[in-house]
Amino acid sequence: MTDNATQTTQEEIIYLRPSRGWSALNLRDLWRYRELTYFLTWRDIKVRYKQTVLGAGWAIIQPLVNMVVLSIIFGNFANMPTDGIPRPLFTYSALLPWGLFAKALSDSGRSMLSNRSMITKVYFPRLIIPLASVLGGLMDFAIQFVILLGMMLYYQYYPTTAVLTLPLFILLALVTALGVGLWLSALNVLYRDIGYILPFLTQLWLFLTPVGYSISVVPEQWRFLYSLNPMVGVVEGFRWALLGTGNAPGPMIFASAGISVFLLISGMYYFRRMERNFADMV
Amino acid sequence: MTNTAILAENIGKQYRIGVQSNSYRTLRDSLVDIAQWPIRILRDGMARPVERIWALENVSFEVKKGEVLGVIGRNGAGKSTLLKILSRVTEPTTGYAEIHGRVGSLLEVGTGFHPELTGRENIALNGAILGMRRKDIDRKFDEIVDFSGVEKFIDTPVKRYSSGMYLRLAFAVAAHLEPEILVVDEVLAVGDAEFQRKCLGKMSAVASEGRTVLFVSHNMSAILRLTQEAIVLDKGQMLLRAPSAQAVDYYLTSGFAQTGEHVWQPDEVPATAKPFRPIALRVCNQNGKVVDTARSTEPTLLEFEYQLEQEIIGLRVGIYILTTQGELIFTSFDTDDQAEYDRYATRPAGKFISRCEIPADLLNEGRYILGVNASSFRVKRYFQDEYALAFTVDPTGAPGMQWQEPRLGPIRPRLKWQIEEYS
Repeated sequence: MTDNATQTTQEEIIYLRPSRGWSALNLRDLWRYRELTYFLTWRDIKVRYKQTVLGAGWAIIQPLVNMVVLSIIFGNFANMPTDGIPRPLFTYSALLPWGLFAKALSDSGRSMLSNRSMITKVYFPRLIIPLASVLGGLMDFAIQFVILLGMMLYYQYYPTTAVLTLPLFILLALVTALGVGLWLSALNVLYRDIGYILPFLTQLWLFLTPVGYSISVVPEQWRFLYSLNPMVGVVEGFRWALLGTGNAPGPMIFASAGISVFLLISGMYYFRRMERNFADMV
Repeated sequence: MTNTAILAENIGKQYRIGVQSNSYRTLRDSLVDIAQWPIRILRDGMARPVERIWALENVSFEVKKGEVLGVIGRNGAGKSTLLKILSRVTEPTTGYAEIHGRVGSLLEVGTGFHPELTGRENIALNGAILGMRRKDIDRKFDEIVDFSGVEKFIDTPVKRYSSGMYLRLAFAVAAHLEPEILVVDEVLAVGDAEFQRKCLGKMSAVASEGRTVLFVSHNMSAILRLTQEAIVLDKGQMLLRAPSAQAVDYYLTSGFAQTGEHVWQPDEVPATAKPFRPIALRVCNQNGKVVDTARSTEPTLLEFEYQLEQEIIGLRVGIYILTTQGELIFTSFDTDDQAEYDRYATRPAGKFISRCEIPADLLNEGRYILGVNASSFRVKRYFQDEYALAFTVDPTGAPGMQWQEPRLGPIRPRLKWQIEEYS
């Protein structure tokens, strides 16, 4: 009964009117629909490995295959340095955050179209859809992380207290992916070309990130520009936090974090601006 | 605190023409547009050469708390657009609306259902999409499963469900939504008679609980049963708001529900039909006016217009009436009568209309399919179109309307009953 009483005294009124230009982010609404975010994330995770023979095994196989391929290309052919770390460990420790980022980017970029039936039938803050796609990658990441721990044990690398900073780098990868994903998913509603551009973008980005090679091969005069790529900070930070190599992230990490946050906020505003037309255009 | 649940003022929605069929642009189109922009400005001035239509224009109304309002109108009248605006799926282009309370919208059953997930998982997901809180979903879970009648398959992926089971589960979730304002679109148009009865029963329960409901339907008897008042939309305009009986009557008799006609274009007719050429098929009321909705209490005329390019021996032209589930109700031919049969043993070249009358008090309420056929018995079938036209039968005034339940069976004759008391 008390529950009812509080509900009736706090009647909410929704105003509907045409909006023009930029609108507020309405984060309160996003918070109210947090359970839906949870359910959509859970659905993405659940559905992904249904009807596959290996199920969650794919989460393990994908980065391992990538590791072998990249190790051969950058190690045996290009002979890139690894700063003294065993090459498999060197590559895999970078593939982990990279995989999280790449998957989040491509899933969120396509998310508006794959959820079109919901968008045209029910109201909810649309921002939830790319957000849930980004979070959906965390499960794979967790599984892959266990493998990484096994590899570290095998190569006898033991983490120091630096490992405590790891969540920050994960967060940075997610924020970057969501920021870019928001731009792309909103653009994808307008221009289906985005679906074709995404794979190229991801691949190009991979080569601009020190996954298969060490940042030490980048010429000094290009280093600053290169480090503006937030994923450079993430990957380098990951290796530093786990394997204790390279230098502790310096001021550059703040620059790249700043760029990610800028991407996120601008992406959110752009997404909000486009949101009102999604149901009519998707 | 006011007594208003929904207040809409001059709500309008404009769509770009062609948005439906070609709803997205490629980057290339935009680049071309940008490149041509200066030329366009020079040529057309600043006006944008895009054609737009108003799907909804200047619609204003108010719904009080606890009121059940019906929305009627034919396809393309703007009903769905109105519901989409009120349920916040899309924004109005003009106007303003206020909604007091939590809205639950059912524009479709099973929104967000994922075929790979089990019934149990889809209940949770669909509930969340419809705006239920997790604890409410957990609390009502057993009730939902019970209502759906799919207990045995609750841990089976829904892709293995029959379409009936799928619908029942989807509706069960929706039926347990408890918003203050419920917005419902044509949910009842799907599923079998049993399912429709269940839906209608649940809807009446919701309506009688004092919830505010906005209800769109093609089913006039559902509108009459569930709503006190209704608004009539046509071509985006609101024509009328009146007590439901009056609004339904207006809708049915004003004759703007004119889709009761099928005209064959020359390229729709197969070459094998020669020398028979169908022209048009119409459903008319007793005044000869083409209607989409026939009244069961009045005779309905069916007209089939055709041309014979040369004479045909023993031609018979017939109609079929089927239910929307495809069951044949009856067949009838224009030369069934012996005298007509003898008279038209050979039908000369020329234009003809074969016309018949479905008597009053024959068809039950519902939607029916009208098919046509032209053949010479055991010689040749010239032309056949089993689904030429669909029309609706409205039961207003039909026998037994005092009971608020759908009457089963495709026919609803007015039988002469006598009640005799004996001791």
